[in-house]
Amino acid sequence: MKKFISLALAGAMALSLAACGATGTSEPAANNGAASTPAASAPAASDGAATGTLNIGGIGPLTGGVAVYGLATKQGAEIAVEEINALGGLQLELDFKDDTGVAETAVNAYNTLKDSADVIYGCTTTDPCINVANETFNDRFFQLTPSASSTAVTEGRDNVFQMCFTDPNQGASAADYVKNNALGENIGIIYNNADAYSTGLRDAFVARAAEIGLNVVAEQAFPDDNTPDFTAQINALAAANVDLLFMPIYYTPAYNIVNAAQAQGFNPKYFGCDGMDGILDIDGMNPELVEGLMLMTPFNASATDAATTSFVEKYQAAYGSLPNQFAADGYDAMWALYDAANAAGIDADNMSHEDICEALIATFTSGDFSVDGLTGSGMTWSAKGEISKDPVAVRIENGVYVTM
Amino acid sequence: MLERIKHMRSRTRSNLITYGIVIGFYVAVELLTAVDLLSSAFIGQLVPICAYVMLAISLNLTVGFLGELSLGHAGFMSIGAFAGVSFWVATQGRIPAWLGVLCALIIGAVCAGIFGLLIGVPVLRLEGDYLAIVTLAFGQIIVNVINALYIGIDSRGIHISLRDAASLGLAEGGKVIINGAMGITNIPKASTFTLGIVLVVLTLAVVLNLIHSRAGRAITAIRDNEIAAQSVGINLTKYKLMAFITSAVFAGMAGVLYALNFTSLVSRRFDYNTSITILMFVVLGGMGSIRGSIIAAAVLTVLPELMRSFGVESYRMLIYAIVLIAMMLFNSAPAAIEWRKKMAKKLSAAVAARKKPARSGSGKGAA
Repeated sequence: MKKFISLALAGAMALSLAACGATGTSEPAANNGAASTPAASAPAASDGAATGTLNIGGIGPLTGGVAVYGLATKQGAEIAVEEINALGGLQLELDFKDDTGVAETAVNAYNTLKDSADVIYGCTTTDPCINVANETFNDRFFQLTPSASSTAVTEGRDNVFQMCFTDPNQGASAADYVKNNALGENIGIIYNNADAYSTGLRDAFVARAAEIGLNVVAEQAFPDDNTPDFTAQINALAAANVDLLFMPIYYTPAYNIVNAAQAQGFNPKYFGCDGMDGILDIDGMNPELVEGLMLMTPFNASATDAATTSFVEKYQAAYGSLPNQFAADGYDAMWALYDAANAAGIDADNMSHEDICEALIATFTSGDFSVDGLTGSGMTWSAKGEISKDPVAVRIENGVYVTM
Repeated sequence: MLERIKHMRSRTRSNLITYGIVIGFYVAVELLTAVDLLSSAFIGQLVPICAYVMLAISLNLTVGFLGELSLGHAGFMSIGAFAGVSFWVATQGRIPAWLGVLCALIIGAVCAGIFGLLIGVPVLRLEGDYLAIVTLAFGQIIVNVINALYIGIDSRGIHISLRDAASLGLAEGGKVIINGAMGITNIPKASTFTLGIVLVVLTLAVVLNLIHSRAGRAITAIRDNEIAAQSVGINLTKYKLMAFITSAVFAGMAGVLYALNFTSLVSRRFDYNTSITILMFVVLGGMGSIRGSIIAAAVLTVLPELMRSFGVESYRMLIYAIVLIAMMLFNSAPAAIEWRKKMAKKLSAAVAARKKPARSGSGKGAA
């Protein structure tokens, strides 16, 4: 009997191999009814230079521990796709696959997408992105990541571009900002030493701090964003008389740290990076605790300019929550692809992905190509694929971001 | 030939079927690839499948044959992967690629084996739940240590730090190999499906020969009754360690195979979730059944990706869980076993009924 089952299973497997066809295309974003106004820049839209339907293969975590970031990049992009498709001209079709934040699954997702996609959008997190970038480089797909910020993503690959700051770039500008605005004398750092994003920012901050003479008096690490207890770290930071705590971490542990510090009577100034964005949306959080917290983020959901308010409004209507910077990066990424496709005169239906890749690389690195979006204006890309945009620091006052 | 197979000892025949499944799978995949019938998604999964099959077979040795519950198999995989890949990256361009891969595999296997010995000596004195807890902790310790580990190489040799990459103090032209939480990046890929199958067959050969040898019978005797085994003079420590270290060695080798299939390697990949996944392959495939492990590992690795292409992507985690429960029930629920027996009887009756007229006739037309 055992033998029979084994054979049956083996047979089923062999059959399923042949049936492994990969033709999954998701429907375009829902509720296209609302009259869309092009919120961000649409400089080349009227040219109608690009034609056809550009199939965008998206990859990011939709399940698992980092799903919140992947969902944001997906949903932000969907808002932009809806706006772009309402304009007529070049149509975008986003097919977004789940990678659960794991490299192996991300490569599987890419392999599923590569038979149908023209360009790759993703991944959301760094490690999967490095692996997919290696594949797209070999297969010649143009790749734009909304949020994978390590330099290892773009290094040595001409086809991979980032919508977000690189970690070294952001860490160094955070140190500069702290120095130039004299925010603190005794700097403390707390970071997640099991996270590439967090250690990347920390390394860059420390290196820059040594160069410009910032006084880093204490460093504490924790191994996991779900760490429940920060007592030891906070005691060590308090003992070193830290007056400014640099937190290159995501908002969930950051809020827990602020909360625990308060309880232990330790009240430094807090300074975070873009991962801190979202701290005001934590369920049941107390805004008083984070009053005065500063962070560098390219996107401020409470800004009052027309582009941001329109995006926030649509995002809330569609998904019922405030967009964070991941969503804004996703939105900008779609517009950047659209603008570049128009500038390059892409004929999406008849060009191979290799040709589209070369044309988009040439456009992105041409020097006169720039994008105005939610996360910056006049954004340009270097030949290395890194973006150049101005970091903005905000301070939380009365539960909203105020640009500093 | 067929006559000879029929008269073989049933064990030899069973082993041949196991090898046959692996080799048949290889031939089928190669043929289908040649005629371009496989999707890119499936081709991309072939090496991970081989790695998971190796892991499942090797863990089955500890769990199924030695009867000790180990929850730290991913830890050995991790040690093997990091040791082997560090060597592979450090020697890039200095030695031929085939030699590099071979050495990486051996180094990965040996390092994992050494840790197997270090862990095994104290841990195998424990029993049951305690052993599970210690191996679980071992796996987590490995994850965290490698997360904090920085290794660089330059003209003066190898530098190791537990602080950060800058404190390695590398000379001009030196390179960081393991960069803490970022792990190893920009690994030149080297794993192929053929290499994977060769390693699976090697694992099979060693494990099958071991369990059918004198040592293997001692190992299963320990599983069935430790006191009885001891009373007939079986050296418990020796045979327990033998099974445990063999298991670790192949986990390390599988780790190298797995890691050389990707561009980057981070230690978080080998946390307890991965250990549990491997254990799941073993349990669902049937503890003590090597063939079951192979099939369960392959099917359960392919399944989530298969569901992507069948358009049930959003529900795939849910369906995956249901399949696991269904497999569990099919394997061990009394009602399911009853049903399977009934079906087997019917099937053999049907086969016998069909054979008879064929034999009594002229021998032709037996479709």
